[in-house]
Amino acid sequence: MGAGIQVSGLNASYGSNHTLFDINLNMPANNATALIGPSGCGKSTFVRCLNRMHETNPIATVTGKVLIGELDIYKDLSPVEVRRRVGMVFQRPNPFPTMSIYDNVASGLKLNGFSNRRVLDEVVERSLKDAALFDEVKDDLKKKSGASLSGGQQQRLCIARALAVDPEVLLMDEPASALDPVSTAKIEDLIFQLKSQYTIVIVTHNMQQAARVAENTGFFLNGKMIEFDATHKIFTNPSDKRTEDYITGRFG
Amino acid sequence: MVRLRFQQSLDDLKERLLVMAGMAEQAIQRAIEAFRTRDISICDLVDHGEVAIDRFEREIDQMALDLLAMEQPMAIDLRFILAVIKINADLERVGDAASSISDRVRDLQAFPVVDLPVDIPRMASLAAAMVRKSLHSFLEGDADLARSVLSLDDDVDRLNDSAFFALSNLMKAQPELTPQALNAMMIARNLERVADHATNIAEDVIFWVRGADVRHHVHRSPGSSPPAAD
Repeated sequence: MGAGIQVSGLNASYGSNHTLFDINLNMPANNATALIGPSGCGKSTFVRCLNRMHETNPIATVTGKVLIGELDIYKDLSPVEVRRRVGMVFQRPNPFPTMSIYDNVASGLKLNGFSNRRVLDEVVERSLKDAALFDEVKDDLKKKSGASLSGGQQQRLCIARALAVDPEVLLMDEPASALDPVSTAKIEDLIFQLKSQYTIVIVTHNMQQAARVAENTGFFLNGKMIEFDATHKIFTNPSDKRTEDYITGRFG
Repeated sequence: MVRLRFQQSLDDLKERLLVMAGMAEQAIQRAIEAFRTRDISICDLVDHGEVAIDRFEREIDQMALDLLAMEQPMAIDLRFILAVIKINADLERVGDAASSISDRVRDLQAFPVVDLPVDIPRMASLAAAMVRKSLHSFLEGDADLARSVLSLDDDVDRLNDSAFFALSNLMKAQPELTPQALNAMMIARNLERVADHATNIAEDVIFWVRGADVRHHVHRSPGSSPPAAD
């Protein structure tokens, strides 16, 4: 099951460049939350704070609290444990090019020391099924490399790889921006199905996509969370003029 | 400001709807003038105008459909286009009402002019004022002005009710005047409908400007809880 995410007083900086200002946000479990805003507004930085990737940059700092379920990811968990609980899918599919489809999905488990073949087989099949890819690749699991798949299939392979370690949260940073409309539709359908098992946070520039997949939407501007509300409210009648100006294309 | 072409298209859509609104308003004025003067040549003008109004309706719907499909509007732009589509339908119905009044005037030609216990000019003047006011609120994007239209509808409803009552009594008392009374009743009914369309237009303006749904006396914003029962 997914876990809810509670963010309070989150600030982030790169050196002297303050990029996130006092973000407070509750993302309910087993919902999809979309984050929108112009380039450079801080939404990707925010997402990277949710799995402690932001701090991998030596000049980056984070203060504030992020709870996944009951646990504070900056106090109660190690970065490795956080990333097991919080999977991430990036804009461009990034399968390990020399690994087979099977090994791509199993890589996270193997890194964590799992070697039981039967368990690995089960997890790979379940993850590929959850990512709606299994039927398309089941005959080539160990014959073909991840890089031999189409762009849309590669992205679903990356989702399967993220799901294999049984996370509670799935972060998606522009997961369909490099895909054609059919592959995009498959990813969006997938997000809908995955919500029953995971909590999803999706960063997107595609506002129609946010409107289609997310229950809640947050609008970021200049490192601040301007508005967070039910998606239908944000896209039909936002409360803040800046949100309205952005989503209607009057700036951004 | 970006999306200049889109904003220009929205302005074009608004301008087109206002042209159609002018035609619908003129149709009502002409129909009432035809009733007042029993001048069939004015009825012909109403009928010609109706063809043009129908053409405008299709054209505006197509413009709105294209914008929805091509521009994926959001928030106030989405509400504006939705309001235009609905106002467009209401204006076309105003044209229909004018046409229907014009048909009644043609029917009345066969009968002598008599004094009827119904103030059609007053009803017409009230209904036309409501249409004008609601369209002005659309032109200016003025939700307060639109809201002031809503209460006027009760006045027209009352006039229509009293016309119905008085004309029914007249038909019982003087059955030979039934054709004139029936036609007057239908004209009053059409004017009451025109007032209803003006009310709809005003409600759509409020929805566009404020995002609030005030139809059927329900005052709520999208996303808010339904009001508690009194």
